[in-house]
Amino acid sequence: MTTTTPPPTGLQPARSARGDTAFRAASFLCGFTVLAILGLIAVSMTQKALPALQAEGLGFLTSARWAPNEGRFGALAFIYGTMVISAIALVFAVPVSIGIALFLTEVAPRRLRKVVSYVIDLLAAVPSVVYGLWGVLVLSAVIVDAYDAVGRVLAPVPLVGRLFEGPANGRSLFTAGLILALMITPIITAITREIFDTVPQGQKEAAVALGATRWEMIRGAVFPHSRSGMVGAVMLGLGRAMGETIAAALVIGSSPRISAQLFGPGDALPSVIAFQFGEASGTYRSALIALGVILFAMTIIVNMAARVIVNRGQEARAA
Amino acid sequence: MSTSITAPAGRPAPSRGSSTSQTEAPRPITGKSISVGRRVRNTTATVLVGLAVLVAAVPLAFVLVYVVSKGGGVFNLAFLTESIPISSRRAGPGMGPAVAGTLLITGAATLMAVPLGILAAVYLNEYGQANRLAAAIRFLSDVMAGVPSIVMGLFIYTVWVLRFGMSGFAGALALACLMLPIVIRSTEGVLRLVPRDLREASTALGARTSRTILTVVIPAALPGITSGCLLAVARAAGETAPLLFTIGTVRALNPNLFEGTNTALSAQIFVNAQLPFVAAQNRAWGAALTLILLVLLLTIIARIISARFTVR
Repeated sequence: MTTTTPPPTGLQPARSARGDTAFRAASFLCGFTVLAILGLIAVSMTQKALPALQAEGLGFLTSARWAPNEGRFGALAFIYGTMVISAIALVFAVPVSIGIALFLTEVAPRRLRKVVSYVIDLLAAVPSVVYGLWGVLVLSAVIVDAYDAVGRVLAPVPLVGRLFEGPANGRSLFTAGLILALMITPIITAITREIFDTVPQGQKEAAVALGATRWEMIRGAVFPHSRSGMVGAVMLGLGRAMGETIAAALVIGSSPRISAQLFGPGDALPSVIAFQFGEASGTYRSALIALGVILFAMTIIVNMAARVIVNRGQEARAA
Repeated sequence: MSTSITAPAGRPAPSRGSSTSQTEAPRPITGKSISVGRRVRNTTATVLVGLAVLVAAVPLAFVLVYVVSKGGGVFNLAFLTESIPISSRRAGPGMGPAVAGTLLITGAATLMAVPLGILAAVYLNEYGQANRLAAAIRFLSDVMAGVPSIVMGLFIYTVWVLRFGMSGFAGALALACLMLPIVIRSTEGVLRLVPRDLREASTALGARTSRTILTVVIPAALPGITSGCLLAVARAAGETAPLLFTIGTVRALNPNLFEGTNTALSAQIFVNAQLPFVAAQNRAWGAALTLILLVLLLTIIARIISARFTVR
């Protein structure tokens, strides 16, 4: 490294300067496509959804009656179903993901760590439709017995019992939730793991030096440091669960109803769109696009909130 | 020392043993054995953490075993090349049109999303560092990564299919929309790792910014960019929802991306999984095996590249 390099000014032909500006402009345009696409999604889909939204008014959001042959379109049952299966997915995926992330960062010996992170990568690499195929042909046939058994035990319990009563069906809200849980586990794991990795080594060592057991070190040093990041990770998982289509569609049972029975069939926004779009036309098709707009809005809100939380956590840690 | 634990937490640290009466002073290590309660809690937590790994790994193992055993039964060269039987009831190969469709559609999506995504990442990291528009684009590309794949399908349906009809290209557009944010964010992450010295050295030699980027920064980051892009391709290859309303279906090979309906492995799995015929279901398993092998191949190549050529 010499320190006597002359400044490059004036040595370049003007042509190169123009090339430089063009390249800069091209890269800016490419960056701008992200904004353009997102804007275009919102505009073009809302436009196509308008006929149905105008016909139904606010009822589109508040009515649970979905009867295309009568021209009635209410999305509430699907919004409800989307929320229920996402909630079930989170109930299972969050503890498991945090457990795996802790295993990878705090517990596992190095060699095992590598194996487990390969397994998690594999879990993420399997396409959603393959989980759906397995869910509909294998899992839903086997799991009915388990539902029956759980139903017999829990149905008489007051309050909670309502969730588990009624005839158990292999294709149900609960099965869809389980499949989704499997699919969002790698996402939540990856982000929580990154966050656990940023806990300063000094704090963990300090906890251990004070005589803390490993669990006490995790509770006292790792969790408090990572709380906001973990919330963000869970919300990103939620966003993914809400929009995940194919796997859930195959096992959810496709029944547009609002019911507390988790072991019964239901329906969710993405699966309705996936199954009914092909046979729809006119207002019906417009109504399905409107469901897509609702889904888009829900996931955008959840994802934005999640990103804000995750980014703020990162800034706080960097500062 | 004890404050370094409690301070960032902003609340009393629960880590200091079971004795809750503890105040500021750290308890010295006495050498006495840990109380039974603490030891039990620690062991329970460790076991539960290990159990979490099993809870995730066991279903995955089941899925893979089924795909390999059921799909392996029909998987052979004829399965990969022959047309889809006219009658879904009939046993026998093939998934040829779907294999070709997946490769063509994913390939076309890659050709669109990768250059666009890399250039966008160049803008974010090389030009837009601190500017607000770049910050907005960065944030929104994260948000875009969370847009459900079926919404991308509907979007392409409204802006493309309604005008030009279904085709493999329409599917490629939808997949490219899905890949774009992944390519941008992974590429930007790699560009950020390129040492500043390299850029400064190039500038000091008289190269303009664009020349520095094209001949110094991108080559240095190329392995990382490649592996990130391959992961995006793997993700796109497995997607079904964006293809449902964009490519239609076909039983014979359609090598023309721009005209006529097409099909893909993922779409065929989705359709055949709903059919009550064992022959169709077996073809779905075979297609699932093919798709997983394809995705794994891409993922493994990506891992090898990123492991071998990581910057620093």
